[in-house]
Amino acid sequence: MPKSSSKKTEKVVEELSYEEALVELEEIVSTLEGEQIQLEEAIKLFERGQALASRCGTLLEAAELKVKQVVGDVVIPFDEESE
Amino acid sequence: MQPSLFSTQQWTVSKLTFFIRRLLEENETLQDVWVQGEISNLSRPASGHIYFTLKDSSAALKCVMWRTSAMRLGMALQDGMEVEVHGKIGVYEVSGQYQLYADQIRPVGEGALYQEFMRLKAMLEAEGLFAPERKRPIPLLPKRIGIVTSGTGAALRDMLNILRRRLPIVEVLLAPSPVQGTEAPPAIVSALNSLILQSPDVIILARGGGSIEDLWAFNDERVVRAVASSSIPIICGVGHETDFTLSDFAADLRAPTPTAAAELATQLTIQDLTVTISSLQSRLNTATLDFLNDQRTFLASLLATLRYASPDRRIQSERQRLDELSRRVYSSLSHRIQLQSTHIQGTQRRLEALSPLAVLRRGFAVVTQKEDGTVISRVAQAQPGQKVVIRVSDGQMDAEIVNQKS
Repeated sequence: MPKSSSKKTEKVVEELSYEEALVELEEIVSTLEGEQIQLEEAIKLFERGQALASRCGTLLEAAELKVKQVVGDVVIPFDEESE
Repeated sequence: MQPSLFSTQQWTVSKLTFFIRRLLEENETLQDVWVQGEISNLSRPASGHIYFTLKDSSAALKCVMWRTSAMRLGMALQDGMEVEVHGKIGVYEVSGQYQLYADQIRPVGEGALYQEFMRLKAMLEAEGLFAPERKRPIPLLPKRIGIVTSGTGAALRDMLNILRRRLPIVEVLLAPSPVQGTEAPPAIVSALNSLILQSPDVIILARGGGSIEDLWAFNDERVVRAVASSSIPIICGVGHETDFTLSDFAADLRAPTPTAAAELATQLTIQDLTVTISSLQSRLNTATLDFLNDQRTFLASLLATLRYASPDRRIQSERQRLDELSRRVYSSLSHRIQLQSTHIQGTQRRLEALSPLAVLRRGFAVVTQKEDGTVISRVAQAQPGQKVVIRVSDGQMDAEIVNQKS
């Protein structure tokens, strides 16, 4: 997997799912801990890392269990109250 | 034939009863029997023991089930119920009664079901459907969980509550299905297939507790095969802790109850995730701070080296050298000047001592010819009557030579 650099297209943090944000955050931390990088890049990575951690936190806090129903090959909403 | 008045063996009631008891209790067959009959005279006193009579058209058998076995009874008992009872024959000496000491009771027909269960189990096991190597690990952090269970009922509600509490970020995909009755097995298979199409990360197959007949759908060969051949890991949570169905054996993981299945599907909870985020954030901060500190240190050392090599410093250094040298030059020069001056002064003094003026001051005079100024230093140079000039320290006088003497 190529090392993280400005060449990789980065998605907007607000559009990332929890897993995507988590994986990218782990990569950034790993880079900052190990690799030889330029100061400017270090600062950029730090800022993005903060944004990613914040995104994960937000997603976790706001999470509400999504329940859907599958009938045949169609997915439809599931109404729990109708039990 | 007349009975003898005096028989060889004289019994007491106790001894005879005890003899009968031993006879019955030493008989192996009678110590492990299944008896079918109808319940009557059912009694369940406060002691917890159960007393009843099993009867059929021509005979009756008194039964007792002790509290410990009665507690484990999974069914309700009623007079008139046709049942199969397992136990051992014994004798209650006090009332001279033989009776069945029961440890299990099941509805009639369950025996047949049990046979079928064992048959299927052996067959499918021989095919390797239950082999441990076939079992796949359950994903640590599923994004999507599929559930096959009854759309009504407590099992679904309980599972959703567990999932909501442990991992609200997960998506639940429900495929409701009847879970008992003859329509259940094909419906369960169809539900499983529909779910698999949606590619969940794990599927839970669940049903609340019930009798062996209630749970029978999960022993159905079609269901068991579908579970075994699923491309997605399946957690099976059917019945109570002690219920084992063939679907449990075929699944990748067996859960004792539907609630436990929901927990096993969410090994990482939202609490774990929160901790992970915190620790990553902490590492992010530390790593960045360390990086900046390293840079700072490096920069400082560069600056120090730079300062050491700078022209400024060179200039100061040279300036200092210059001052040093000039001071030395100055001091050596002034020393030499001093020496010269002393020397000159000495020479001057000697000169002075030798000067004619000093001679004159001592009382000597210089005599010169008046005519030409020639110095007369010998008697022969002076003729009587010659005009001369006598020079003394503070002036001169004219004189005439009177005579000479040598």
